Amino acid sequence: MEILMSIVIGILFMIATYLMLSKSLLRIIVGTGLLSHGAHLLILTMGGLKRGAPPLLGENAADYTDPLPQALILTAIVISFGVTAFFLVLAYRAYKELGTDNIEQMRGTEGNE
Amino acid sequence: MSLLHLAIIAPLILAILVPFFYKSFRQIHTGWFVLPIPILLFAYFFSFISLTREKEVVMKTLDWIPSLGINFTAKVDGLGLLFALLITGIGALVVLYSIYYLSKEKEKLHNFYVYLLLFMGAMLGVVLSDNLIVMYAFWELTSFSSFLLIGYWYHREKSRYGAQKSMLITVFGGLSMLGGIILLYLMTGSFSITEIITQSNVILAHPLFIPALICVLLGAFTKSAQFPFHIWLPDAMEAPTPVSAYLHSATMVKAGIYLVARLTPVFAVDGLWLWLVAGFGIFTLFWGSFSAVKQTDLKSILAFSTVSQLGLIMSLLGVGAASLHYDGLDDNIYIVATTAAIFHLINHATFKGSLFMVVGIVDHETGTRDIRKLGGLINFMPITFTLAMIGAFSMAGLPPFNGFLSKEMFFTGMLRVLEMDFFSFDTFAILFPVLAWIASVFTFIYSMILVFKTFTGKYQPEKLDKKPHEAPLGMLISPIILVSLVIIIFFFPNSLLSENLIAPALVSILPSLVTEGTEFIVHIYQWHGFNPELFMTLGVIAVGILLYLTLPKWRRIYDLFPKKLTLNRFYDGAVERAQTGSYKFTKSYMNGSIRSYLVYIFTFFIVILATSLFYKNAFKVDTNKLAAIGIYEVLLALLIVIAAASILFAKTRLSQIILLGAVGYTVSLFYVLFRAPDLALTQLVIETVSVALFLVCFYHLPKLRREETRIRFKLTNAVVSVGVGVVVTLIALSAHSNKFFPSISQYYIENTYEKAAGKNMVNVILVDFRGFDTLFEIAVLAIAALGIFGMIKLRLARREEE
Repeated sequence: MEILMSIVIGILFMIATYLMLSKSLLRIIVGTGLLSHGAHLLILTMGGLKRGAPPLLGENAADYTDPLPQALILTAIVISFGVTAFFLVLAYRAYKELGTDNIEQMRGTEGNE
Repeated sequence: MSLLHLAIIAPLILAILVPFFYKSFRQIHTGWFVLPIPILLFAYFFSFISLTREKEVVMKTLDWIPSLGINFTAKVDGLGLLFALLITGIGALVVLYSIYYLSKEKEKLHNFYVYLLLFMGAMLGVVLSDNLIVMYAFWELTSFSSFLLIGYWYHREKSRYGAQKSMLITVFGGLSMLGGIILLYLMTGSFSITEIITQSNVILAHPLFIPALICVLLGAFTKSAQFPFHIWLPDAMEAPTPVSAYLHSATMVKAGIYLVARLTPVFAVDGLWLWLVAGFGIFTLFWGSFSAVKQTDLKSILAFSTVSQLGLIMSLLGVGAASLHYDGLDDNIYIVATTAAIFHLINHATFKGSLFMVVGIVDHETGTRDIRKLGGLINFMPITFTLAMIGAFSMAGLPPFNGFLSKEMFFTGMLRVLEMDFFSFDTFAILFPVLAWIASVFTFIYSMILVFKTFTGKYQPEKLDKKPHEAPLGMLISPIILVSLVIIIFFFPNSLLSENLIAPALVSILPSLVTEGTEFIVHIYQWHGFNPELFMTLGVIAVGILLYLTLPKWRRIYDLFPKKLTLNRFYDGAVERAQTGSYKFTKSYMNGSIRSYLVYIFTFFIVILATSLFYKNAFKVDTNKLAAIGIYEVLLALLIVIAAASILFAKTRLSQIILLGAVGYTVSLFYVLFRAPDLALTQLVIETVSVALFLVCFYHLPKLRREETRIRFKLTNAVVSVGVGVVVTLIALSAHSNKFFPSISQYYIENTYEKAAGKNMVNVILVDFRGFDTLFEIAVLAIAALGIFGMIKLRLARREEE
């Protein structure tokens, strides 16, 4: 299972990188979104995907899945959401102010005279 | 802190007070407040002579950074004292001269004297420090204060150019000297010169010996304006004349000489030192004197003359190092070279200082230093003429002036090179006396030009701005004192200098030669009988007079040398190219495009991780610990890959957003499958909000332009992203296969209820075991919310203003 997940994560990273290298601001943000999905899945996979009960003590199971990676991912999801939301509004503002979402056209003129 | 330390930093302390004197006593020339310090210091250092005569060394330590072995250790021995007397003595004369030279109405005197005092203290620190790091600190302070003094008239472009050039070159040398100091520390474990000298045999056998030697010599050569680093000195002549007289003839340029002399006991046992010091010295001597003849500016002549005389001293120090290859003092014929070096050092300071002051007087009283405009000043300025004549004749090496004595000893030293039969000196040794003789001829010629073109010949009043007249007495005092020394040293060299200054200095430079009961006996004679040196001098005078009289006929040989190949052109070109080159280089990769930067970052990421995986043999796949593959997971994996890949081909923004949402929901389904209910919940909510945000931002935007095309395929991007994906997969696989320890989660599972009173382990970890993470995660969200609010609000505010 971990091998399959590793490959899926690799593909997510690959697509995310490709999107981030494109010219459109929106695609870049979509890329960062994909990248954070990949990272979250990576944390989960690295914690081990062995079968076990959900980390709830009421289950009274002999074996639970590892709760620590889940807590880490939960924190990461919230943070990446905050950052993504901020980026989105930033992109929205840039789009409105500059009239383009092509980052090649957003190059500053300073230092490139 | 002892009195000695106080003496060294006294000029620095006074430098702080100078501006107060300047502001409070406007009607008195600030120089008068400065003058007592060098005089007092001179008197103070004079009192050490009786000690150093008895080969005693005064050492005083002041702790600075004891844990690193860096302490302000002041050491007075023969060599240090000689320099200290030169610095304070000539310093006093220069301050006196500057009082009359610089007008108190027009000049910013406080700046001048602050810089000058900084320099004086720094120079005393260089020659009296036993600790190399402290010496280096003072050494850079001399470069720094010299930079300020050269750029004193900073509104002139040439001053700024000269200051920058001298700064670049001397700091380059200073830094390489620091490298040499650190190498010496690595070899001996000490920064103390005294201790390093006792370990010279360790250093000689060490593989770092040659790098250290070269680094130290680079420092000495740049500071002392040796070929090819001499180019800064002529440009430093834009400084006020008292500065040129003090720094660029008598003291700072001799810091390199001091360094070579001081470290001779460390390095000179090796033949390379001998070759480099003597070889560069003799060539500098020749090149400086050769170039001086073609100059038309009096100070430029003196600058090149200084370069050549420094070369002379340097070559003598190099040849004198040969004396270390013979034990003991008896019959050691090379000691004469070191003796001559020290003797000439003193003589040069006297006559060159007076010549600079004379040139300053001429400049001050006529308004020009160009020898093509000057002439016939003998009738207007008889005293100045006499001073110039004595100084210049001494420089040319004529009796009855001190230059004659040291020039004779110089020839003796150079002739003895012929007797060397080690370090392959037998083949090229003849070059030394020959170059020395030719250089002396040129020295003679420019000395004559200096005197006779300025003071005799036709008086050209139409070319002068002012009507020339004799200088005020105050301006003449300093050169008169120096010139009197020139004559007095000629007649009484032994009673004045031999035992008091030269012999103690020799003890410092060649300590290994002095054993119990032996002493350096320095005898300087005016008359040696008819020996080769005398005939060489006579030849110099005869050929020199002949060439001086026929100067206009052979002057054209200077035009033969192509202007493109001059060192100044080379230096300017190098500075220019360094600027344009670095500009072009930066422009080539800092192109302002985010994509390029991301490509650099990702490429670095791939290369560094892939190579370390490969070199460390880290990649392995362990199939033992794997979980079983279920059918639902395979389906979800297919779904997520297809959704993600479709983003690449999506044409409109809307479909991209929806596909991203699909990926997010699939991820939450994964969380369900992998037994993570809280994650699944959060992921669902957040994905919904994110998609809504995306839609708000981009769906409702006015269509500015129809740019909704498919992403364009680019090979670089594809290669880079495939690389990133593959590297991440490989690392994930090998990380999973290389687990060495079990997880700490067993603790959480056992204690969630017992200690924290909860049953949901994830939530207990978030708010109890690891609550700090959550606190700051809340802060992140708050900042993001405030940031978004600000972005929208502030824009509205600006709109309203408009």
